[in-house]
Amino acid sequence: MLKQIEGSRGIAEAVALCRPKVICAYPITPQTHIVENLSEMVRTGELTGCEFINVESEFAALSVAIGSSATGVRSYTATSSQGLLFMAEAVYNASGLGLPIVMTLGNRAIGAPINIWNDHSDAMALKDAGWIMLFAETNQEALDLHLQAFLLAEELGCPVMVNVDGFILTHAYERLDVPTQEEVDAFLPPFDPAILLDPDHPLSVGAMVGPDAFMEVRYLAHHKHLRALARIPEIAGDFAQVFGRESGGLIHEYRTGDADTIVVAMGSVNGTIKDVVDELRDEGHNIGSVAVTSFRPFPLQTVHVALEHASRVVVVEKNLAIGLGGTLASNVRMALRGAELPVQTVIAGLGGRPITARSLRKAFEEGERDELDEPTFLDLNWEVVGRELIRVSETRRSGPTAEGVLRATAEGRP
Amino acid sequence: MSIDGSSQRIKFYQTGTWTIGNRLLDPEQRTVQASADRSNALTCGHRACQGCGEALAARYALDAALRATDGRLIAVNATGCLEVFTTPYPESSWQIPWLHSLFGNAAAVASGVAAALRTSGREDIRVVAQGGDGGTTDIGLGCLSGMFERNDDVLYICYDNEAYMNTGVQRSSATPPGARTATTPAAGPRPGNDRGTGKSVPRIAMAHDIPYVATATVADLHDLEAKVTRAMEFHGSRYIHILVPCPLGWGSEPAVTIRLARLATESGLFPLFEAEHGQVVRSTPIRHLTPVADYLKLQKRFAHLFKANGNQEYAQSGLHVLQAEASRNISIYNLNPAASADGDRGGIDS
Amino acid sequence: MTREFASTLEPATSLLNETGSWRTERPVFVDRLPPCNHACPAGENCQAWLYRAEEGDYHGAWEQIMVDNPLPAVMGRACYHPCETECNRAQVDEAVGIHAIERFLGDLAIRQGWNISLDRTESGRRVLVVGSGPSGLSAAYHLRRLGHSVTVMEAGPVAGGMMRFGIPKYRLPREVLDAEVRRLTALGIEIQTDAKVNDVVETMGEGGYDACFVAIGAHLAKRVDIPAPDAGKILDALGLLRQIETGSGGRNGEAPEGLHVGRRIVVYGGGNTAIDAARSARRLGSEAVIVYRRTRDRAPAHDFEIQEALEEGVQIHWLSTIKSMDEGQLTIEKMRLNTEGWPEPTGELETIPGDALILALGQDVDTSILGRIPDVTLRKDGIVEVDRNMMTGHPGIFAGGDMVPAERTITVAVGHGKKAAHCIDAYLNGTQHRPSPKHELADFSLLNTWYYNDADRTVQPVLGEIRRRTTFEEVVGGLDESTALFEARRCLSCGNCFECDNCFGVCPDNAIIKLGPGRRFEVNYDFCKGCGMCAEECPCGAIEMVPEAI
Repeated sequence: MLKQIEGSRGIAEAVALCRPKVICAYPITPQTHIVENLSEMVRTGELTGCEFINVESEFAALSVAIGSSATGVRSYTATSSQGLLFMAEAVYNASGLGLPIVMTLGNRAIGAPINIWNDHSDAMALKDAGWIMLFAETNQEALDLHLQAFLLAEELGCPVMVNVDGFILTHAYERLDVPTQEEVDAFLPPFDPAILLDPDHPLSVGAMVGPDAFMEVRYLAHHKHLRALARIPEIAGDFAQVFGRESGGLIHEYRTGDADTIVVAMGSVNGTIKDVVDELRDEGHNIGSVAVTSFRPFPLQTVHVALEHASRVVVVEKNLAIGLGGTLASNVRMALRGAELPVQTVIAGLGGRPITARSLRKAFEEGERDELDEPTFLDLNWEVVGRELIRVSETRRSGPTAEGVLRATAEGRP
Repeated sequence: MSIDGSSQRIKFYQTGTWTIGNRLLDPEQRTVQASADRSNALTCGHRACQGCGEALAARYALDAALRATDGRLIAVNATGCLEVFTTPYPESSWQIPWLHSLFGNAAAVASGVAAALRTSGREDIRVVAQGGDGGTTDIGLGCLSGMFERNDDVLYICYDNEAYMNTGVQRSSATPPGARTATTPAAGPRPGNDRGTGKSVPRIAMAHDIPYVATATVADLHDLEAKVTRAMEFHGSRYIHILVPCPLGWGSEPAVTIRLARLATESGLFPLFEAEHGQVVRSTPIRHLTPVADYLKLQKRFAHLFKANGNQEYAQSGLHVLQAEASRNISIYNLNPAASADGDRGGIDS
Repeated sequence: MTREFASTLEPATSLLNETGSWRTERPVFVDRLPPCNHACPAGENCQAWLYRAEEGDYHGAWEQIMVDNPLPAVMGRACYHPCETECNRAQVDEAVGIHAIERFLGDLAIRQGWNISLDRTESGRRVLVVGSGPSGLSAAYHLRRLGHSVTVMEAGPVAGGMMRFGIPKYRLPREVLDAEVRRLTALGIEIQTDAKVNDVVETMGEGGYDACFVAIGAHLAKRVDIPAPDAGKILDALGLLRQIETGSGGRNGEAPEGLHVGRRIVVYGGGNTAIDAARSARRLGSEAVIVYRRTRDRAPAHDFEIQEALEEGVQIHWLSTIKSMDEGQLTIEKMRLNTEGWPEPTGELETIPGDALILALGQDVDTSILGRIPDVTLRKDGIVEVDRNMMTGHPGIFAGGDMVPAERTITVAVGHGKKAAHCIDAYLNGTQHRPSPKHELADFSLLNTWYYNDADRTVQPVLGEIRRRTTFEEVVGGLDESTALFEARRCLSCGNCFECDNCFGVCPDNAIIKLGPGRRFEVNYDFCKGCGMCAEECPCGAIEMVPEAI
């Protein structure tokens, strides 16, 4: 059914349709609207058979979900940024124990300095914790990915994080097609757990594993991700059959067939990128884009096949691996092993800096001409940076960078 | 069985309710542990040290909880000695459904388990969360308080051996003043643990007004079992704090673990009491009042309080601090030994 | 979804890890010798029958007593209970009232008419017992249990020895004594009264006896010379007691008719016989004064008897000796203790009123019966020497009780009888009697007394003062059933497992196996880490930690 609703509301309705039994929540911008909606649905009875638990920290939130999932019920939580870090121990714990928890990550920058706006630094901080990580490009895809996420998680015994750009998607009002309960029930069967905690069949869950078996445990977790690489497209295919639209899968390709330059990115920025690609195509550029939907497992082979025929790749990413460069770009380079293909990194949108079509177009054109710095920081204010670097070199122990910039600006220093 | 026609009922047992069992008592009046069919939630082959008070307390408490719940119980464990010595792959010594997640989240995980049981129509199954003093009073306090505030239906049991034992005897906020640990060594001008303000988690629990809070030790099994059983009569958050001597960390002989726990209560240093909804409702009187020094002398972690060399004045004042704490407990919890000289808790007499 | 590898484990897989390999010492269940058992001269297994009694199995308890002692109702009254002196409970609060429980059981057995059956079939051997005091009767009983034919020859008119003629009725009612003697005859023991034996060897030959046990006691009173106007005013204590016993009337605790000793009698001596004589005289209506040359704490009489005497109005002059006797008065000399604690005369004299003097200065053995047998050795005081098998120098003639070197108590006598019976049995079978080796003593330091309930010792009812002074009714009453049961349950069961389940409960490694009621426990050495908590928390000290051979 078509509804004009906020992205968060769409996600909440999707989650509710999946019939979770335990939802636990701790507030953090920008995911709060998701859980607020769910709390209301539980209270009004729109979502039945579910307990909504207000916890005292994100660490508690995921811990509650760990407890309920291990007891055999479908469990859900959501967080962002600092909250994800606060529950970091539990994130590794959930995947280590093989619990099919689904969590929405409303992507937001990690401080210091504290920043509530969108980038992908939170997802990147825990990218190797063993969770399957899917990135939604649109709010429709965000909604749809949650349905697929429960199915995938429960089949493999692996938790799934659905990444949704904070504010850009979560707080945007759009027309969304919300499925019916019958449609979702047909697609997502009831949770059939190997119930781990059961007095009739006692088990000890969470043993200490030493050097003699730890590598095998980790390999087996990796193997789940390898199986996911096969299942994700299959599930997306089944989804398309049932719901009649393309959502999910490993990657989405846009006009890459004969592209010379292919842009790779994750999340909502792909919308802007596709607009720029259309504009440039109209002017005769051979350019296309790939949206990576499944970031973990990283679809090395699929990405390789999608990009290998191009002359160059430009990765636009909302994360800076400080001291290195681009994280997504590194993963893409790894996928392109064996193909001699330059990969340019464009770091953009950190801390919610808007990514404009104009700036992207300029960057793509420079990329086509192989004039991009490696990495390129899109729309960086070099004046401010320059002044700060001079100030730092002039004074010792100059204090936090941002404060220094502010002070210099206030004092009108050049 | 009255041969001479007397109608007087038999009131007294040779060992009454002090021993684990007694062939002269009706089976219902013996402890759960006395039965050859006891559930042994924790069985043989675990890797606890010789004389481990925590291993004993865990079996005591969980077997009692199993009886109270007809075996319908799930346990959630924090990281620590109990978890490590019971589940080193490939051996687990648990015979009940058991979950270990992290160090500081046992209370939250248990809350999740309880919620799951409710929403899946399995409320007959009850939940116990357990952790050491480290996992409870320090790193786990946030989750514990959250659980209490929500009044989640979980019994949380803290096994207090007064330090982070599993990682090598480091100090926790439960370590008593003056005690030697690896991070509060008996060296320098102020040897042993600092004399802070202390942190009584039972009192913190009471401040949440949860239905039931109790303290117990491994020295009095009848008392411990009664408290676990009583706790299971309530729904909502319950907290039991059990003192468990640790031969390794306390520097005591393995054989005297129970004796130490007994001395801790008989000196008043560890008061036994119960509270419901924030109010103390019962306390167990001291049977034979003992000076705190008798308790401390058996533990090498307090040896520096008695040694001739070193900062003798500081050391002796440490003794006074502990004795004063004991006296305060006796007063606060009305452990009042003089008024209650008869230790007979009389079996079936009423 | 399947279970995770390695981080999820099946229950009880730890049973593969046999932690018994950690041990440097191991717990071993032991039986230790309770101090009561150790102290009992009759060798009673007090702990064992208290164990039965506390279960309410009074018949079983009584049968256990009867294994060693055929006279529990008597013993519960007359024994000076060294078991209680050694009782470990005394170091907790007060000793268990073992004698009171034994008395209860003995009295119950009499009321219920219980008896035992023989341990063996008839052996065809015949044994003669001379003397029907406690020693003789005990020997006869044990010999009979062992299947031998026994004849007891008693010189006096009625069986009992010192039990009848030395211990007053108010301490040992005659109905009780008679009942226990009747039980013996019911077993087939023949008791002949007025049957004095003059020549043991001859009598044995005439009767075809294969062995003989002589236990005639020491019933001759010692005398000293005290100047007195009328020799008839000086009696010996035993003689007085005998008169009281055989006097006519005297049923139901009343004084025998027509027996007067005098308005004021003085008893000379500090032993139990002196006390008995004084208290008996009180009951006959006399005033009684005891004169003894040393102090109360050095008097051979048991202090409780002195106390009872004082309660009954007996006066006592300590540190005094008797110099002479006149009409209606005696002259006594005050003594003082020298630096070595021996009394020496001070020269101070005092006169006290008195119509009769009763001498209670000790008893000697009648040597006539054995004196003529050449290989029997007598000491100069008439005591018979016996070897460690209770046999005299003459093969086949054994002796025991007050006539052999030993402490002179009824319980020692009963113990001699039992031991002699076993030695005689061995002698008859041509074997050697080997007493079983004793366990280590269950010292108080081996106990963990925390586990015993606080319970003050029960008190036996005591007859009121007036009746104590005027009748021979039994002074100390017995316990009723609930009180006896209470008292029995005060027993700590030193050194002997009473299945309190402590070891089974306190093992952190679940390494003690409970075998079931009556079968105690076993250590699971596969898992026992040797921590020693079981031994430490065993209330009765029935577990020992033994080093492993490493």
